[in-house]
Amino acid sequence: MASTQTTEKTSNFTSKDLVSDQDIRWCPGCGDYSILKQVQKVLPELGLKKENIVFVSGIGCSSRFPYYMNTYGMHTIHGRAASIATGLKVSRPELSVWVVTGDGDSLSIGGNHFIHTLRKNPNLNILLFNNEIYGLTKGQFSPTSPEGKVTKSSPMGSVEHPFNPLALALGADATFVARSMDRDPKHLQAMIRRSAEHKGTSLLEIYQNCNVFNDGAFFEFTDRATKTDRALFLEHGKPLTFGAENRKGIRLRDGCQPEIVDLEKGGLSESDLWIHDEKDSLKAGLLARLPENAGNGQGEFPSAFGVFYAIERYCLEEAVNAQIKKARERMGDGELDALIRGDHVWEIK
Amino acid sequence: MSKEKIQFKTNVVIRFAGDSGDGIQLTGTQFTTSTALAGNDLATYPDYPAEIRAPAGTIAGVSGFQLHFGSDEVHTSGDYSDVLVVMNAAALKANLSHLKKGGIIIANEDGFDEKNLRLAKYPEGENPIRDDSLEEYQVHIVPVTKLTRECLKDTGLGVRDMDRSKNMFVLGLLYYMYNRSMDPTIQFLESKFAKKPEVAEANVKAMKAGYSFADTTEIQHGRFEVKAAPMVKGTYRSIMGNQATAFGLIAASRRANLPIYYATYPITPASDILHELSRHKNFGVVTVQAEDEISAVASAIGASFGGSLAVTASAGPGISLKTEAISLATIYEIPLVVCDIQRAGPSTGLPTKMEQADLMQAIYGRPGEAPLPVVAATSPADCFDAVFEACRIALEFMTPVFFLSDGYLANGAEPWRFPSSSDLKEIRVGFATEADKENGVYHPYKRDERLVRKWARPGTPGLEHRIGGLEKEDVTGNVSYDPDNHETMVKIRQQKVDNIADHIPLQELDSGPEKGELLVIGWGSTYGTIKAALKQLREEGVDVAHAHLRYLNPFPKNLGELIKNYDRILVPEVNNGQLVRLLRDQFLAPAIPYNKIKGQPFAVAEIKNRIWELLNR
Repeated sequence: MASTQTTEKTSNFTSKDLVSDQDIRWCPGCGDYSILKQVQKVLPELGLKKENIVFVSGIGCSSRFPYYMNTYGMHTIHGRAASIATGLKVSRPELSVWVVTGDGDSLSIGGNHFIHTLRKNPNLNILLFNNEIYGLTKGQFSPTSPEGKVTKSSPMGSVEHPFNPLALALGADATFVARSMDRDPKHLQAMIRRSAEHKGTSLLEIYQNCNVFNDGAFFEFTDRATKTDRALFLEHGKPLTFGAENRKGIRLRDGCQPEIVDLEKGGLSESDLWIHDEKDSLKAGLLARLPENAGNGQGEFPSAFGVFYAIERYCLEEAVNAQIKKARERMGDGELDALIRGDHVWEIK
Repeated sequence: MSKEKIQFKTNVVIRFAGDSGDGIQLTGTQFTTSTALAGNDLATYPDYPAEIRAPAGTIAGVSGFQLHFGSDEVHTSGDYSDVLVVMNAAALKANLSHLKKGGIIIANEDGFDEKNLRLAKYPEGENPIRDDSLEEYQVHIVPVTKLTRECLKDTGLGVRDMDRSKNMFVLGLLYYMYNRSMDPTIQFLESKFAKKPEVAEANVKAMKAGYSFADTTEIQHGRFEVKAAPMVKGTYRSIMGNQATAFGLIAASRRANLPIYYATYPITPASDILHELSRHKNFGVVTVQAEDEISAVASAIGASFGGSLAVTASAGPGISLKTEAISLATIYEIPLVVCDIQRAGPSTGLPTKMEQADLMQAIYGRPGEAPLPVVAATSPADCFDAVFEACRIALEFMTPVFFLSDGYLANGAEPWRFPSSSDLKEIRVGFATEADKENGVYHPYKRDERLVRKWARPGTPGLEHRIGGLEKEDVTGNVSYDPDNHETMVKIRQQKVDNIADHIPLQELDSGPEKGELLVIGWGSTYGTIKAALKQLREEGVDVAHAHLRYLNPFPKNLGELIKNYDRILVPEVNNGQLVRLLRDQFLAPAIPYNKIKGQPFAVAEIKNRIWELLNR
């Protein structure tokens, strides 16, 4: 069941070959354009064969994605893309299977499949476009919309507490959890690459701007004036720093309580800070909830971007096919006539 | 051993009943195996409660197993039983109405103590096996619990464990009464408890004690012999419906040379197909127990896109959850076999009881115009052929197909003159290749003369294409909102399913005259009952025709013509009238419904009476 995506590095296609003949129908200015472009940019670098790539999507704006990729593709039904992709991957482990989904698709109607897919860990790459709004149905609040969000279906503000997608994924025992954003192409490319290279289900949450119904939801992470203070970029083995010239850092008091420290004033060095470890599930959980911490007089906590968590665990399709192999070793390849006949027969003469 | 007074019988119906923890189903299936091996024709009907272990001793906890065997053809599990074996008072109370007047009752005396009588809600001071309320029956009172404990007292087993063998004591007793060999059960016990030889030994001991007990008591005067039935020559085995379904799927996978991907969520009465298939992974079977019904069908659709023989199964409530996904498979036009093992609804309904009420759901139950073929099994063994046919149609016509079975077929057993793999139809699967491109372009929705498109699997260079739930343009498969194109596609998808009528057998009569006063049309598990009823009527001088439908959508091409040969059509169904509406709708046929909706199959007598009534005789 060796995956083609890591064993070969020569692809039989270029980015241009991935552009389908369909007109793209996303709204002008939608964040989806950037994501499509970065995917098309990265895929040829992964050593895949074009005919082995399949994009599977659910329903929603993001889920039109497969139509714009000149690979095999399935535009399916609302919320079920992860399950459909799982069936494809288990039955055809040699394929590179990508799931394109949104916050409504995966966290609302498809929430059950989302958590169970992560737990089962088939080798899928899930790109979760999170724009914190329902776009295709024209602007209702989604399960990731913040409390109080005023939308068409919540004119007095949403009364619901939102999901934290990465905390949810970690709670579901995901083996790879990362976050990026549409407006940072370089970072997004790197994260797509990491997702593809991960063996097991990779969950990449992509903050995606819906410029029609939720414009600017994530601008604080990309606007020149705010981004250094609001976005923290993770690197394995490196301290958690952010702010102008990385002068702010995050330290863990008592091993589990994040606090913002000023590296210039506090007499602290980078070695005193929280060093990011992608294999630490506990700290991944703290990272996922970082912005929820009350500030300690040093301003608000930033949101993290990058790989939060990446561990190895056996893949579903490997286990399924290993059992078939084992059964064949034990009992020999099935013999239909013997099966039908069974152990007790009698003759009528 | 006393051999005096063995009575010969052409057929016998035995009903075993007790607490659901009493091992009634096991006792029944063991008696069935021995009876099959003795060459009788037979049919069985397990009748068990929805609760796994309802409070012991109560009516709600009574589990039953009925077996009909004979030296003549047996088509049903029998309307009423000749022998009723009851392990406690509740079992008697719940089942006495199923016993023929004058029938034999074998009652476990220890199940009629004060506590059991109270739990069975007999009025205080009343005990049916002590008073004269059973005087119309022949009653054998046997202290089964006491005798089982007695015979196992030196085994070192605790009382609880000893009591678990009391069903084997009863089985031994029955084996004596019907002159059956204990060997198949001894073999079964030794293999089932290979790792616990002391348990196997205790069970065998209890069974032998029951056998000897019968030989030394008045039961010895009531021995019966049912000779082997004159069945078609050949080699037989006993088979249950769900097992036959599993085998049929594996057979289809072999004939199509495709791996099976079977994804499902546990539900009564479909789960045994999953259990059976998961034991045969050496056939390359992938079984998936998904997190829910929707995920099960969805993952099967993914596997189908990948080129597997994809199958999902459920009962009515689960099928309704899969509806949207099935409609996706319909617009995709990919193969998918959907097994609906029907049970009594609506909603959770009577989960362990049978019904035929999902026919309309199978034919129409999807959003939009989403026609698909429907195939129904007629008997436990026929599940093999019917599901094989469902697979063939799905794969050869690139369509989801419904396979309908029900709780009666699923858990019922009968002798099966099983086929050789070389007798099975070939299933032709032609995957698209690069040669299917035209001027360098692949059109995924280009069709052959049957209107069937090709199956293009991922991994095939040059055929990269997208399929989706949005309406697609004819031929290219590109998304299209064009009004004319939508109508064209709806008509094409309908015509494609209609065309399947050219590739299925014509409808034949099962029995009866080619023209006449009355035609009885059935489908599914009513087959045996209707057949037996018409056979008895024929012996009584009334010749009525019987046609039994396997193909519910599309109907066989000649069905409309066939119907015209009769003045009236009677349609017995275990639902509130579904096939009858389809027949009226499609053929303007004078079809008369006859419905039973009690979670139980028709009795032969009920069908006969209705026909007598219709014929005014």
